[in-house]
Formats: sequence, C-alpha cells, structure tokens
Amino acid sequence: MLNVGKIEEGFVLDHIKAGRSLDIYDHLQLDKLDCTVAIIKNARSNKMEKKDIVKVECDIDMLDFDVLAFIDHNITVNVIKNGEIVEKKELTLPMQIKNVIRCHNPRCITSIEQELPHIFYLADSAKEVYRCKYCEEKYMSSGKGI
Amino acid sequence: MRHLMSPLDFTPQELDRLFDLANDIEHHPERYAHACDGKILATCFYEPSTRTRLSFESAMTRLGGRIIGFSDAASSSASKGESVSDTIRIISCYADICAMRHPKEGAPMVAAEKSDIPVINAGDGGHQHPTQTLTDLLTIRSLKGRLGGFTMGLCGDLKFGRTVHSLIKALVRYEGIRFVFISPEELRVPDYITDMLRERNIPFEEVIRLETVMPRLDMLYMTRVQKERFFNEEDYVRLKDFYILNADKMALAKEDMLVLHPLPRVNEISVEVDADKRAVYFKQARYGVYVRMALILALLEIERI
Repeated sequence: MLNVGKIEEGFVLDHIKAGRSLDIYDHLQLDKLDCTVAIIKNARSNKMEKKDIVKVECDIDMLDFDVLAFIDHNITVNVIKNGEIVEKKELTLPMQIKNVIRCHNPRCITSIEQELPHIFYLADSAKEVYRCKYCEEKYMSSGKGI
Repeated sequence: MRHLMSPLDFTPQELDRLFDLANDIEHHPERYAHACDGKILATCFYEPSTRTRLSFESAMTRLGGRIIGFSDAASSSASKGESVSDTIRIISCYADICAMRHPKEGAPMVAAEKSDIPVINAGDGGHQHPTQTLTDLLTIRSLKGRLGGFTMGLCGDLKFGRTVHSLIKALVRYEGIRFVFISPEELRVPDYITDMLRERNIPFEEVIRLETVMPRLDMLYMTRVQKERFFNEEDYVRLKDFYILNADKMALAKEDMLVLHPLPRVNEISVEVDADKRAVYFKQARYGVYVRMALILALLEIERI
C-alpha cells in the first residue's frame, strides 16, 4: 500500500474515475500553482474498484469547481483545514463553462475567429449535455465527447 | 434592441402578432410603402444566396428603405481577414439593421453580440435559417387559417435539411400537430428530433413510400435529396427519383392539401404539379417578402409586436 502524507490545508479530490486524474490536473491548471500536488492513480476502491485521487495543498479559494463539476460531478471534494476534513462539497453541473473545452465543429465560427471565447451552456442537465453557444454542437459532461 | 437568431426567439404570441402584421402588409401594402423612409438595411452575405438576399432587398425596398451590402465574402473586407466582430461594428455605423448570411455556424450571433443595430440571421451554414421558418409558418397560417390541428408530411432529406428541423421545432409549440416523416432509410429524421417528439407526446410516424400516406396529409413539405449527402452515386440515383411528386401522386391527396417547398427544387416536384392549386411553393416565396417586411418593422420598432 502506497502512503501519501496528509495535507494541512487544501483539497482532496476523491472518487475520480480511474485514469482521469491527469485530465483534471490539466483542466484545473494545477501546473500553474506553486504548491504540493499529489496524484494517485488506480487506488483500490470499494465503490469503484479502482479510482484516482488528487491532493492539492493550496488556499481553498484557488480551485474552479465549475470546471471540476463539468468534468465529473460525482467527484467527492474534501476540504481540508488543519489537517482535518471540514467540509465535503457537492458538485453541481455549471450552467455555463468558458474556455474549458474547445468547440471541434469545423463549421463553427469559433474555428476561424481566434479571439472568440469557447462558451458552452448546459442544455440538458439530466443527460449532462452541453452545447456550444454559437453552433449548438453537442458535448457530454463526464468526459464523453471532450 | 432585439435580434433574430432562431425562429424560437419569438414566443408563439409574438409570432402571431408578427404574422398579423405580415398579413396586413399583404392586403394593404400602400400603408407601409414609406414606413422605412430614411432607413438602411445592410445585407452582409458572406456566401451567395440569390433568393434570400433578393427577398430581404425587396422587403426593405417595398418599405421605402434603402439597401447597402455585399453578396459574397470575396467582395467584402472578410477577404482581407477582417473578423465578423469588426465588420458589424463598422456596419452599425452605416446602416440601421443588418441581415447576415455566413457559411460558419454562429457568425450572426457573434455579430449580434457586438452590434449596435438589430441583426437578422439570414442563414448560418447548416445551423439556422429562421426567416425561412417564419416564411413557412406564415404560409401555413395564411392559407390554412391556423397553426396546429393538422397532419404535416415532410418528405425527402430529413436528416440534413435544416429547414425541416427548424420547422418541426417551431411547429411543436402548437396544438394538435401530427407528423409523418417520409424519407429513405439513409435520410431519416435525426434521433434528437424523434426523442423530442416522444417526450412531448406528439404523434409521428416514419414511412418510406409517399403514396401510402398521401391521402392522410393536410400539408406536404417537400425537400430536395441532395447528391453531396451520398457516399455512392448508385444510392443517390436510386433515391433521387423516389420522391418525384407528380400529378398521379397528387391525385391521391386531399382536395385542400398544400404542397410547400423551401426552393430551389431540382426534380422532386414535377413541373406539371405547378398548375395544381394545392401547389403553393411560389406563393410561399411571396410570403417570404411579407414576413421579412414585418420582421424589419418589428426589429426597427416601427411596429410593435
């Protein structure tokens, strides 16, 4: 069993689908943070058989939960203070995401106007469907279609 | 200030008032001949479209307004690399309202976000063509007297045809519509449309042969089977003649059935059908001018809807 030390203040992102932790690292732009980040891949899980875990030692205002919810709203976010879990955050799908994913529709105006933001709105929360604001190209949350 | 990006931008009540205005224009054109004196419509067409552009230009001219614009990207500053955002800022200084067609989906929405004047989406790639849908709805309402309470047949390319998808989405807001989708297997209406109809409990059926359903239709919306949609010539040749509407098929239809077509047609409606009083596709083009006149008046806030 691999042991990764406790963090004093920050987040533990638990129940990440196995293999997706690096996507989350990228989307949350953790490479830009000057803090300790631990990525645990394929940890044993009773609920999921195997899962990924990301531990981030940072100020609690520094993470974009909308991005995280878009990627996978089933992730458990444990807020850590003084080395203890003080809160478990519920993630809900954001109504809109901006510049998290790019529209891949070659017929979309965003394909030729470089300065345009890539904005997706939540079109169907039950099916976790997002659509490009401009061309309505469909994207699924939870990694499908990203 | 309002724009028109999608036919669903207007509520059914607003559409009713828009169509009332269009019908008033139809019957009393002289009352509106100077309604847009001193106003300028910019037609920014980044790809050629003779009918839609001329329809807009005819509409503004009949309202007493003037037109500026370009009819393909090569003759605009887009050829020098100017963005839609910049172009519309400039056009806003020159005109009072803009109709924009662009091959890229969402381009008119980008224009609307940056514009100081109302922008009308005159077709953005395969995405939306709202003034065609408004034309279709006005034609149906004017000639049937109502929107709703009828069986609507849609025939041909139901998979890629944006006018068909747009019309279905607009019609589901009315009561008592039943759809009959007539298409080859390869060009069936997309699942998201049939899913939507199931969710709303709107009756529909999908058939291959036109003749079998013809007697039940109150309206038939014909579309062109487009060659470029097929992977092989053999399939196209087999299917393109499958849906030629001719006098024999019309003989199976109700006396008051209407045949609509967004045009241009190729050979899916035989010329012999043109003389049939139920063939209203050329009238449809006329209604396209009236609805664009009403739309210009509404967006310029000259008339309230």
